[in-house]
Amino acid sequence: MERYNLSYKPFGKRAILIEWPAKIDENILNDILNFKISILNSYTKEKVEVISAYNSLTINYYTTIENIYSEFSALKALYQQQNTQKKLKSKLWKIPVCYDEKFGIDLEEISQEKELSKSEIIRLHSNPKYTVFFIGFLPGFLYLGGLPKALHFPRKMNPRISVEKGAVGIGGSQTGVYPQQSSGGWNIIGNSPISFFDRKNPEPCFAKPGDKIQFVPIDIKMHSEIVDLSSYKRYKLESEVLNA
Amino acid sequence: MLRVVQPGVYASIQDLGRFYYKEYGVPVAGAMDLYSAKLANLMLGNDKNDAVLEVTLNGTFQFTRETTICISGADLNAILNHETLLCNHPVKVEKDSIVKFSNPEYGLRAYIAVHGGFLNKPVLGSRSLFKEITKKYRLQKDDEIFYEPFLIEENHSYASVKVNKSHFENTSIEVYKAPEYEWLDEVQKKILETEEFTISKNSNRMGYRLEERLENNLKTILTSSVLPGTVQLTPSGELIVLMRDCGVTGGYPRVLQLTEEAINRLAQKTMMNRFHFKLVDLQ
Repeated sequence: MERYNLSYKPFGKRAILIEWPAKIDENILNDILNFKISILNSYTKEKVEVISAYNSLTINYYTTIENIYSEFSALKALYQQQNTQKKLKSKLWKIPVCYDEKFGIDLEEISQEKELSKSEIIRLHSNPKYTVFFIGFLPGFLYLGGLPKALHFPRKMNPRISVEKGAVGIGGSQTGVYPQQSSGGWNIIGNSPISFFDRKNPEPCFAKPGDKIQFVPIDIKMHSEIVDLSSYKRYKLESEVLNA
Repeated sequence: MLRVVQPGVYASIQDLGRFYYKEYGVPVAGAMDLYSAKLANLMLGNDKNDAVLEVTLNGTFQFTRETTICISGADLNAILNHETLLCNHPVKVEKDSIVKFSNPEYGLRAYIAVHGGFLNKPVLGSRSLFKEITKKYRLQKDDEIFYEPFLIEENHSYASVKVNKSHFENTSIEVYKAPEYEWLDEVQKKILETEEFTISKNSNRMGYRLEERLENNLKTILTSSVLPGTVQLTPSGELIVLMRDCGVTGGYPRVLQLTEEAINRLAQKTMMNRFHFKLVDLQ
């Protein structure tokens, strides 16, 4: 596996930002996640919290960093010691999505602009195995990579004041699911009846960076059944283990 | 119980914040002015992470059981029943007492600590209210928050401390260079260091937007981590100072990072207040 030239920057007195080349790339993601594990193995949970994003790790310290340059050296040494760049274990999650017009309020517009039938849009959107890069923006919002070029579609000029919980959207080259009701500028093509964030669970989000997501089309009847089951926590999300 | 008679502009319960869940996209939140919140707890001998009431400009609250409270932060002319309440002085309150806040002498946010802290249910390790994490994200009329009643010994005397006026009056906001600071040209850097900036009306617990624009052609970044106190620069030239309720990631260049003390100081300033950035070295 490739080694990267990383840059280390102070981010205030309580955080260090480590950056990889500015690309959305699965090899970079794997390297980031490996390094994250090494860092968490050598610091205690009480000392640091490590946040990953597309091409960065941010190490948040709970106290002021005494000497940032010696901390940089320690981190660089830790990165060099990583000789095994193993492919991490991950899961594939099957996410039910209802693409009915009741939810897919922007399907018609995309269909006309792109000269694609709605069923072709649905087929293209539910075919790929998307990669979870990280979670941000809102609790449980997954940043996904892998939207087919044919479905890239610009964000709305004027974001909607309210987008429903579970809304599945396309914004530029990205796709994702709104985990809660929020304002938002993405084009809405469907709705997922499952919860992406459970505040009562110590691991509040089922998916992790490095996991894969596939959308499974369901009809409107199935959508309401899953909503009911989920509200009693009786819906079991389908998943399979990858690279085991 | 603490009963909300009138929540005022914005009232919430806050502790030091919600840690360990950033990787799930959960913001830290916590008291906007941590310095004042910690001071209110300290005066009562509480733990510094005990939950306090954060009041913005005004509001009226009833304490249904006897306890001891301490108010810190902004001076919002607090009145206990009919008597003036001093800041940073622990005060015994009788059952069914009313504490009323109105128009500030100085500052924006007052913190009310109660002996033993407010005991609303912690969610993901914190009592700080936040949308979709806790049931409510701000207090509304007739809300009730539990605390343990506390009977003080007759001759118990607490210490009190003098108000640190510069925390509220100083208009210098200390900042470090943030990750994309070096993307700025010399003119832009000079403007940031020498001009005065004004807090706009689009300011809340998530962030303070500034009135003045900083023209730029910076490209956006691949979405990456942001922190409370990060100053973002948008393509339209808007400067946004992220505050305690900010999200965990963002896509705008991060040009400055406020010191912890500067976040607390800015949290006591309100719209139309002016201030200037003062660049300080990290070491």
